[in-house]
Amino acid sequence: MVPIYYYIALSAVLFTLGALGVLIRRNAIIIFMSVELMLNAANLAFVAFARLHGGLSGQIFVFFVMAVAAAEVAVGLALIVKIFETKQSIDIDQMNLMKG
Amino acid sequence: MWADRLATLPVIVIGIWAVLLTVVDLYIPSQRKGVTAALAAVGLIIGLVTNALGSGTAQTAYFGMAVVDGFSSFLNVIFLVSGLLGIALAYGYLHRQNIAHSEYYPLLLFSISGMMLMGMAADLIMVFIALELLSIPLYVMAGFHRDRLDSEEAALKYFLLGAFAGGFVVYGIALAYGASGSTRIAAILSAVQSGNASPVLLTIGAALILVGLGFKVAAVPFHMWTPDVYQGAPSSVTAFMAVGAKAAGFAALLRVFLLAFPTLSDQLVPLLWALAALTMIVGNVVAIAQNNIKRLLAYSSIAHAGYILMAAVNLGQTRLMTESAAAVLFYLFAYLLTNFGAWAVVITLEGQEGRGLDLSDYAGLGKSHPALAAAMTVFMLSLIGVPPTMGFLGKFYLFRAVLEGGFVGLALIGVLTSLVSAYYYLRVVIVMYMQEGEPLVNRDALLRWSAGLTAVAIIALSLFATPLFQWASQATLYAVK
Repeated sequence: MVPIYYYIALSAVLFTLGALGVLIRRNAIIIFMSVELMLNAANLAFVAFARLHGGLSGQIFVFFVMAVAAAEVAVGLALIVKIFETKQSIDIDQMNLMKG
Repeated sequence: MWADRLATLPVIVIGIWAVLLTVVDLYIPSQRKGVTAALAAVGLIIGLVTNALGSGTAQTAYFGMAVVDGFSSFLNVIFLVSGLLGIALAYGYLHRQNIAHSEYYPLLLFSISGMMLMGMAADLIMVFIALELLSIPLYVMAGFHRDRLDSEEAALKYFLLGAFAGGFVVYGIALAYGASGSTRIAAILSAVQSGNASPVLLTIGAALILVGLGFKVAAVPFHMWTPDVYQGAPSSVTAFMAVGAKAAGFAALLRVFLLAFPTLSDQLVPLLWALAALTMIVGNVVAIAQNNIKRLLAYSSIAHAGYILMAAVNLGQTRLMTESAAAVLFYLFAYLLTNFGAWAVVITLEGQEGRGLDLSDYAGLGKSHPALAAAMTVFMLSLIGVPPTMGFLGKFYLFRAVLEGGFVGLALIGVLTSLVSAYYYLRVVIVMYMQEGEPLVNRDALLRWSAGLTAVAIIALSLFATPLFQWASQATLYAVK
């Protein structure tokens, strides 16, 4: 059996990649994908820990995370599409109307 | 089972009301959408009544997922009243800005139901779901002015950073679950106490949850989104999320950290100390340079998050838990009234296309509208923390809790930054009374009543604060066994 540490290490790497993606990338869609990567890193950790502890609540949590992520997609993509209609761009560096 | 539903009746009422209102709204003719607003207000009042009729004894519900105690029912009052004030501020404003879409009110109710769940969460799953339930409607509401680019930008920024923060919370919860084998707050504590939990994993998890909630309550260095979102979102939405989302974030922060992680105080207290100090300093100092009233209030709200965070530094000192929680609740109540009052005045002066939001637009208000200017003066004094206002008492109780915890340096930073804050709050007052001008003021009875009532309440409740503070003191966190 693959040791639990492998899963946790993988999920930590995925989470870091996601967080870095949010901070570094400039395209709103890619940033959003990076957020989803962070959520899925957490899902992997949940499932691995649920196996370790022999409980189900970690796996149940994963369902909730997926449902919430779907709800976020619905709102997020609508916002991004609306911005694209107005600006013809979803580069977040160009979203600088407000300063101070 | 039915006892659970009875105990959580306020949040059930608001949730069902929000769903029904979404449907009923379709059958209300478009020239009579005021009915939707009125129905939403009725729902909130029913929520308040059922909350007041609650048994008052602390109990868990739904197999330990939720806990109904004094803490959660006090917070329910804050959330429901902020909903009522939010409707009063929004109704005329949405019409003037030509964005009177009646989905606004169901969205507001959905968000409030999330906040109420946040206050009663006894399981980290609940914390996460409540966090998203309160945030997702707020993302939509921030972009409610969908023809204006600044509102769209605000919504997208709020959404991306909110989702980012959500990612941190979830991963933190995953690590806390891995360390302790449970997502139940009580079970995490008992796993820690019996030595079955891995302290390293738990500490990293707690720190990640702190980062996520830090975003939600706009603590420095996780505050970058706040000024832009507060400025770009419709003012009525900003007023609501400045109070509601912040109060809900602090509710989760207090319940999770004071109840689940008291044993991690060695690692977490320095972190919380630094967060609180940074938030107070940055919020107050940057606010000085602001000329737009919405940005000024945004930085002011960051600064207030810093004051409230001070109470969380008492983590691990069990004897101070009740006092710290009571101080936070009282402060949030004071902030609720003061903030909504100030935003009511801001909305009264706001024109089309973002006009009327500069400080110079307030020139001459003292002469042309003495009552409105007097109310604004009360709000500014309360935000500084000058007696006799609620803001003063709120700060007094907070500083007392911090001093009893032995954090003299932090309290000192709090007092000094409050002095700094007097500069920019009083600048508003000076512009209103000392400069000549012809301010444009909207005629809106609901706004006047909101501003007037909150101003009177801020002074009256500060003179008779003892019952309110006693109520907050009894609103203790119920540690589930």
